[in-house]
Amino acid sequence: MRNERLKWFKLGFRHGIPIMLGYFAVSFTLGIAAREAGITAFQAGLTSALINASAGEYIGFTLIAANAGYFEVLIMEAVANARYLLMSCALSQKLPPDTPLRHRLIVGFYITDEIFSVSYAQPGMLKPWYTFGAAAAAAPGWAFGTALGVIVGDILPLQLVSALGVGLYGMFIASFIPPAKSDRLIAGLVVVSFAASFLFSKVSLPWLTDGVKIILLTVVISLIAAILFPVKEKSPVSGEKEEIKDA
Amino acid sequence: MHNIYIYILVMAGVTALIRILPLTLIRKEIKNVTVRSFLHYVPYVTLSVMTFPAILGATQSMWSASAALVVDIILAWRGKSLFVVSVAGCAVVLAVEFGMHLAGVL
Repeated sequence: MRNERLKWFKLGFRHGIPIMLGYFAVSFTLGIAAREAGITAFQAGLTSALINASAGEYIGFTLIAANAGYFEVLIMEAVANARYLLMSCALSQKLPPDTPLRHRLIVGFYITDEIFSVSYAQPGMLKPWYTFGAAAAAAPGWAFGTALGVIVGDILPLQLVSALGVGLYGMFIASFIPPAKSDRLIAGLVVVSFAASFLFSKVSLPWLTDGVKIILLTVVISLIAAILFPVKEKSPVSGEKEEIKDA
Repeated sequence: MHNIYIYILVMAGVTALIRILPLTLIRKEIKNVTVRSFLHYVPYVTLSVMTFPAILGATQSMWSASAALVVDIILAWRGKSLFVVSVAGCAVVLAVEFGMHLAGVL
């Protein structure tokens, strides 16, 4: 049992290392934004350790700089991070029903785009210890990167920041392309999502922030797909073989 | 004047609730076919929507990002690991932007 946990934790940790590197670069720029809002390195690092969300934190720092009200911050934060509600729903079907509450709390706390992406990509049911491992590797990169961004600002060469910028997207791509290869319906959904997202990127309305666009597109496209192509199998995830997918 | 730590607490509280509530409240397998299908499609759609066209604006030039996107898709299609796909994308951006710099177009 303990060996089993350690095995999954290690695998998650290994998959979390590239996330940590990507986080470091992205959070570094977030730290620069925090510094401009007059936030100290400790406060910025604390924010990142507790929130783990780039867009949400960026909006937060901007509102703090504008001395906005707490309620306004609360609403904007909920809107910016609402997609995690959907991810949490999806992940609830991938956790074994007997997963203890404390494990659910930790997995939930660390649902970021990237940690969700690697966790969901695991074949079969999700072992919480896999997600713990991924979070243990990735989350410190995010928090320390933000704090360091406040302290040293812009010493990282622009070329490197630019290159690291696509690292996180590489992780998304590595998560949705393999299922798209084996399932033509998912391949079609990826193409439709790309196209719809591209069209939406051309629309600019004050209330239509990037966070709202992601939620709207996700709900509408997934719902249409669910109605047109209901999943027949008993369970989309639990039926598969539970092997360790190695890096 | 507002307190920075109350700001952080408000942000952390609402974000944690959003992430934790479904995962702790939905403990059983959902039987409804439409809801289950919806949740089955959500991850692929949301990751795709987040990737494109946002990736094109993640680097100094749309061209280096496009090259990384294509290389990443090909490598992922061939079953390369998350780490390889991710690092290869970064390397492509470095190489393309270095080339563009030499050519004087960046």
